[in-house]
Amino acid sequence: MANQLAFYFDVARCTGCKACQVACQDKHDLPADMRWRRVAEYSGGEWVRNQDGSFTQNVFAYYVSVACNHCEKPICQEVCPASAITKRDDGIVLIDEDKCIGCRYCEWACPYAAPQFDEDSGTMSKCTLCVDYIDAGQLPACVAACPSRALEVGELSELRAKYGDLAEVAPLPEAKLTEPAMIIKPNAKTKPVLAKAGRLANPEEV
Amino acid sequence: MGEQNFLVNAVTNTVLNRRSFLKWNAALGGTAVLAKGGLSFGLEKSDKAAAQADEKIVWSACLVNCGSRCPLRLHVRDGEIVRVETDDTGDAEYGTHQLRCCVRGRSIRQRVYNPDRLKYPMKRVGKRGEGKFERISWEEAYDTIASELQRIIDEYGNEAVYINYATGALGGTVAKSWPPGSSPIARLMNCVGGYLNHYGTYSSAQMSTAMPYTYGSRSSNSIEDIINTKLVVMFGNNICETSMGGGGGKVFALQAMKEQSGAKFILFDPRYSETAVSVVDEWIPIRPGTDAALVAAMAYVMITEDLHDQEFLDEYCVGFDEDHMPEDVPAGLSYKSYVMGDGEDGMPKTPEWAAKITGVPAETIVRVAREIALTKPCFITQGLGPQRQANGEQNCRAIAMLPILTGNVGIHGGNTGVSEGGYGIRVMGFPTLDNPVKASISVFMWYEAILRGAEMTALADGVRGVDQLPAPIKFMWNYAGNTIVNQHSDSNATVKQLEDDSLCEMIVVIENHMTPSAKLADILLPDITNFEQNEITSGSAGNTGYAIALSQAIEPQFECRPIYEMCAEIAKRLGVEEEFTEGRTHDEWLEWVVEETRKNNPDFPDYETFREMGIYKVTNPGEPSVAYADFREDPEANPLSTPSGKIEIFSKDLYDIANTWEIPEGDVITGIPVYAATWEGYEDPLREKYPLQMIGHHYKARTHSSYHNVEWLRKAAPQEVWMNPLDAEERGLELGDMVHVYNDRGRLKLPVKVTPRIAPGVISVPQGAWYEPNKDGVDEGGCVNTLTALRPSPLAKANPQHTNLVQVEKA
Repeated sequence: MANQLAFYFDVARCTGCKACQVACQDKHDLPADMRWRRVAEYSGGEWVRNQDGSFTQNVFAYYVSVACNHCEKPICQEVCPASAITKRDDGIVLIDEDKCIGCRYCEWACPYAAPQFDEDSGTMSKCTLCVDYIDAGQLPACVAACPSRALEVGELSELRAKYGDLAEVAPLPEAKLTEPAMIIKPNAKTKPVLAKAGRLANPEEV
Repeated sequence: MGEQNFLVNAVTNTVLNRRSFLKWNAALGGTAVLAKGGLSFGLEKSDKAAAQADEKIVWSACLVNCGSRCPLRLHVRDGEIVRVETDDTGDAEYGTHQLRCCVRGRSIRQRVYNPDRLKYPMKRVGKRGEGKFERISWEEAYDTIASELQRIIDEYGNEAVYINYATGALGGTVAKSWPPGSSPIARLMNCVGGYLNHYGTYSSAQMSTAMPYTYGSRSSNSIEDIINTKLVVMFGNNICETSMGGGGGKVFALQAMKEQSGAKFILFDPRYSETAVSVVDEWIPIRPGTDAALVAAMAYVMITEDLHDQEFLDEYCVGFDEDHMPEDVPAGLSYKSYVMGDGEDGMPKTPEWAAKITGVPAETIVRVAREIALTKPCFITQGLGPQRQANGEQNCRAIAMLPILTGNVGIHGGNTGVSEGGYGIRVMGFPTLDNPVKASISVFMWYEAILRGAEMTALADGVRGVDQLPAPIKFMWNYAGNTIVNQHSDSNATVKQLEDDSLCEMIVVIENHMTPSAKLADILLPDITNFEQNEITSGSAGNTGYAIALSQAIEPQFECRPIYEMCAEIAKRLGVEEEFTEGRTHDEWLEWVVEETRKNNPDFPDYETFREMGIYKVTNPGEPSVAYADFREDPEANPLSTPSGKIEIFSKDLYDIANTWEIPEGDVITGIPVYAATWEGYEDPLREKYPLQMIGHHYKARTHSSYHNVEWLRKAAPQEVWMNPLDAEERGLELGDMVHVYNDRGRLKLPVKVTPRIAPGVISVPQGAWYEPNKDGVDEGGCVNTLTALRPSPLAKANPQHTNLVQVEKA
């Protein structure tokens, strides 16, 4: 898709503050337990107690902010029995609430668990990339919110030319599953996808 | 738990994490376990279009005590705030960047439209602290306050009236609670004879008291001067959580300066903070309260390897060695004597000595000491954590020894060892007249002043302005503050004392929300938020100064009224309305402030233009500022304001204080900064009973206790105690387990975050969560101050809230 839109995320810039997550909740009037954008903490390292009472360690930690990645191969769309999920020319993946039957199959299939069930409407919901803002020429709420400019949005091809094509780090799933429209700039702390060096440190928060 | 890769589990279904599990339950028609998001807070469902024709956008700001005053742009429709955005002026380049608010500003709708909002004036019924209130009229509230205030002034004098430290409405011009001496309450009190002052803050009391003994003031290079350095060394400096927003500017500045300078960042901190995550290259965990030992050992390395800057020490400093001591002081009291073991304790401060105390391996101390001494320039800085200790005054002066020993003071790319500054715009303040009362207590000592005010003296209790207080505190104003319970120490003891209304006879609380402190009120007045009135604020964001004209977004909610009106009404009843208002309304004072500002700064926009602009920014046109640059240039012509005019490594003033004050056993005040083992420190034998040191880091979910009751934030960053896996293993604890944290003062119940991001033997309970004791007295809110101590630090008589010993067990 020539004009595929994508998110860019800079690990070194992210402090884990979650302004992106809450800006999204404010923009879309989401309840606190519904997070179209989430911030995962990945940390690890070993501690050794020395004989003199001092310690040595190799601790690391970093955050990954992730929403719907508006994948090039959207598995949610593939598995939807109601044909409720569409992909626009600019790559934005949307759920048609009128067609959605709330079976939650997309939620199960998506490796990022991006689609989430809205109890009020009985249908699925997820990041729309703030399609109304995009159509009005504005930045999505999360991107416009980041105090550190860790997030950008743009055309996938242009972002790749600028930042490379890495789209997977721990604790995210492998990019080959759905070809996410996402680019990650790692830093010295970042571990590769499927790494065993650390663990998801905030499961309750994502 | 999905411990390795949470998201992929939904597909592979190998391990169901909690989130997936809940979803599966719901999908399979099990019990409805998916939370509905709790309270709706009156939020509207969004329709699709971004900018509505019937919407207006007004400039506002988030005004709480994080050091930032971040701009907000509020979308208002049908009298309701429906969307929150932030600064949209400028770009992403440092210097012209947008001042983007943090997660808290983003959640402002849930703070304004909150179920805890106070709706009308109330008076206490029943016992104080029971939380039972009865609705009254504004007239009755004003009458009661005025008559009680007059009675207490007549009976005990103006020194019996206290305005407590309160920072919930901070950064505005008229409607501001901090500093209390600049609030409308202070102006009201100064019209009727004054009130008991305080000095210092809960944030920085030890540092602002101690640093002037070294430098004559508490100054630092600006944060943007990091661009000129090669190495940044931070002690307990957690900018990425304490000052997250663009309006404080430090996070963005730190990241930009790191990228532009290529400097290496080292952090000494018991906790791998968000600052460690984002900018730090090497984290070195250190035990709380042991910074001075670490510094002494690094000094030992520098002196023995001749890496220190002897020329700088000779020319600019007093007290490094025995050849540069003030007169009339016995031998052996210089810093070099202390470090080399030639002083009173006869103990050489070797890296091996310090390793046992600090937890930092000796070889690390040697390596970093060499790195600091050999990398020029080196920017050494500290946050406010190291000074908020029982030996905090020693810690902060000790940390400043590193730039002094290496000659990094007064130069670009160096620093003083004090937390970094920024560029700002000066806006005139609201005049609050002069306080006729000269007596002043430490910010932390009001609790003592209620109990034994008339016995408190200058030499024993740090009373200033008078030798002895004439009266105990009998009337307490608490406007936009949660310090009378939540942010003071030992919440259980504090509440117990305040419940006795024969001591402090009247407590007036003015608030937005029903906080733990509000529950102690005799009269409780509902304040409007800064979104319900016009205001002006100004701040510093790295190299950018700014001022914001906040415009009223919505009508006052319920029966809430502005603080200025409350004070004017009480002034009227005390016969001083004219003196209080000078005929001006709140908005007319704002206009006056702008006019006065323009007298000194003609570039500042006029009132109408400023309101239309919303935000006014100025980027520093000059170089990054350097503290004491003129002193470095010419110390004879530009002496410091210390008694000697030089940097006082040995302070004769402190030496004299140590010999004249009545100092409790165990408290240490010395001319030079030394490591002083303290009560409830790492070396206290009490560790046999309570083996863990407890600190309380600032948390992204709150600014102190502000925003605690915001659902989005509570779910984004839940209250939890941090613990190292080694300590957790010994106690059979796993991530997410409910635990009790306790000592002799109280007991908390909250979940544990088992994480390698904190040193073994140390736990951290994020400070600011609201005190919420259950029927058994267990604080289920997880307020760190349920466990902190009332004993003040030696010199500043201030809050040592990171010095605590506790135990943790499974709940």
